[in-house]
Amino acid sequence: MSELERTVTKVIVPSGMLGAGVKREHIAYGLAQGAHAIAVDAGSTDSGPSYLARGVSKMNRESIKQDLLVLLQMANEAGIPVLVGTCGTCGADSSVDWTRDIAIEAARELGIGLRIACLYSEQPAAVLKRKLAQGKIRPLAPLGQATDELFDACDHIVALMGPEPYIDAVQRGANLVLGGRTTDTAVLSAVPLMRGAGVAQTWHASKIAECGGQCTTNLRRGGVLMHVGANHFDMEPLDPGNRCTPESVSAHLLYENSDPFLLVEPGGILDAKEAVYTQVEPRITRVVGSIWRPMPYTMKLEGARGGDYQTIMLIGIEDPEVLANLDEFHDRMHKTLVDRIAATFGDEAGDFEVSLRLYGWNGTSGQPVPADTPPPRDVGVLFVVTARTQDLADRMARSCNPYFFHMPIRFDMELPSYAFPFTPAEIPRGRVYEFMLNHVVETEDGFELVRTDWVDVSSTGTVEHLETPNA
Amino acid sequence: MPKIAEVCRHVRSKNAGPFWITVDFFFADDDSFARYRDAPELGPDLFARLFGTDPGGVKRVPVDALRMIKISYPRPHPQGWRHERDMHGGQQFARLLSVELA
Repeated sequence: MSELERTVTKVIVPSGMLGAGVKREHIAYGLAQGAHAIAVDAGSTDSGPSYLARGVSKMNRESIKQDLLVLLQMANEAGIPVLVGTCGTCGADSSVDWTRDIAIEAARELGIGLRIACLYSEQPAAVLKRKLAQGKIRPLAPLGQATDELFDACDHIVALMGPEPYIDAVQRGANLVLGGRTTDTAVLSAVPLMRGAGVAQTWHASKIAECGGQCTTNLRRGGVLMHVGANHFDMEPLDPGNRCTPESVSAHLLYENSDPFLLVEPGGILDAKEAVYTQVEPRITRVVGSIWRPMPYTMKLEGARGGDYQTIMLIGIEDPEVLANLDEFHDRMHKTLVDRIAATFGDEAGDFEVSLRLYGWNGTSGQPVPADTPPPRDVGVLFVVTARTQDLADRMARSCNPYFFHMPIRFDMELPSYAFPFTPAEIPRGRVYEFMLNHVVETEDGFELVRTDWVDVSSTGTVEHLETPNA
Repeated sequence: MPKIAEVCRHVRSKNAGPFWITVDFFFADDDSFARYRDAPELGPDLFARLFGTDPGGVKRVPVDALRMIKISYPRPHPQGWRHERDMHGGQQFARLLSVELA
């Protein structure tokens, strides 16, 4: 083995999201290249605040189990660890436990032993109030300074972990590390950093690989293998027919990132301004020149809560007379419905809101339509009422029913019936969930706000919760 | 006057976390990129007008190697608020396409 190969750490990133599906031949390819770990993210805020506010996963149990069955079996045969970041979409403690129970079930089915480390980073409001009083919490734009009340208002608050708890767990013998909320990059960075790979190279490689195959030319053909050395990293697809090109790799730094060159992580900032991307083999792109600037350790905070409730109704309209006067129709309908609710419910109505969205006209943007726009052939009108309770929102929708379905465009015509597809017509939609925090907290290190639990699954399927195991 | 859709080969928008939307403008050729890389028409006021964002928060970074500029702006309301219409921010680019440049 050459000096270069000995010092390169290889991590299989099977996909951008645990539960998205993995192919055995892709994992087998990465293992054949000598991979040291499999690491995958399982979280995102991209689907909205509902998951964190409720502490539940967006992915279903079956999808998670399917992927874990493949990854755990193949990693077990190869004798390498599997690391999962931000379990269950939001990384709340309950999501880590949910994933742990699926992993135990998968291990039993496979008949393999497993030492699981669960990393928890959910934060009680009291801990953050203390940090706030110590001046150790600061806002990120566009939000302002946090308050005690803000923390109290959240149903769940998580701190985004860095790689340190993962490194510790692997060093103590974990075969499977299940992390709560973690930066997308930290879970991929842990094993390269543990093995002494270049710090800037590791973080940069992880940012590129965080969405699996998105940094390849064909994002539907599996994930990637990161090769991280002391002064460079290589990005290679797991599928022999796929490619990583300088453009596909460098373009990923733009993805879901408000700055294309700088990435703030726990304990430092990655600066990729001077990075150089080169095609070193037809399928592989090499990157050099990234810089890591160490900073005092901070963890980003996310918090969410459940708020008011909504009920929706939907109609379709093909009546040309309505379609020719959609803005007027919208405004008149809106006023009619608001007046109806106010008159029907009086004080009980409280701080309600009605929103009408005309899909096929301006439903996506809600913005005014240019004056010369021709009428569409068809519009779908989505009615959304927001109120204090589900019961109240449902009753408000029902009180609007005769008007929403039958309001004429002219008063001298018989009552029309717009096309409603369901009965009952109103659909209780549940709560409106809200993101509450965009702040960072200063910590002593990567462990201060993190707790680790250990579970051993024996090859015969018995489960034992451990005190901290020896390294 | 050319429209953004005519000088860019691709324009896309996406959330950058729950509080920001980021728009990537990939220019069609070197001339267009050179001409509009720092053009004031693509400044904060445009984003304030089209998206109701605070112009003081708009960030703009050109990426010469990819012949593109990235412009990020704070969402006027966080992702998922009660009147949300575009949870991923993935359709916000559309209203930029017909903007005319000098």
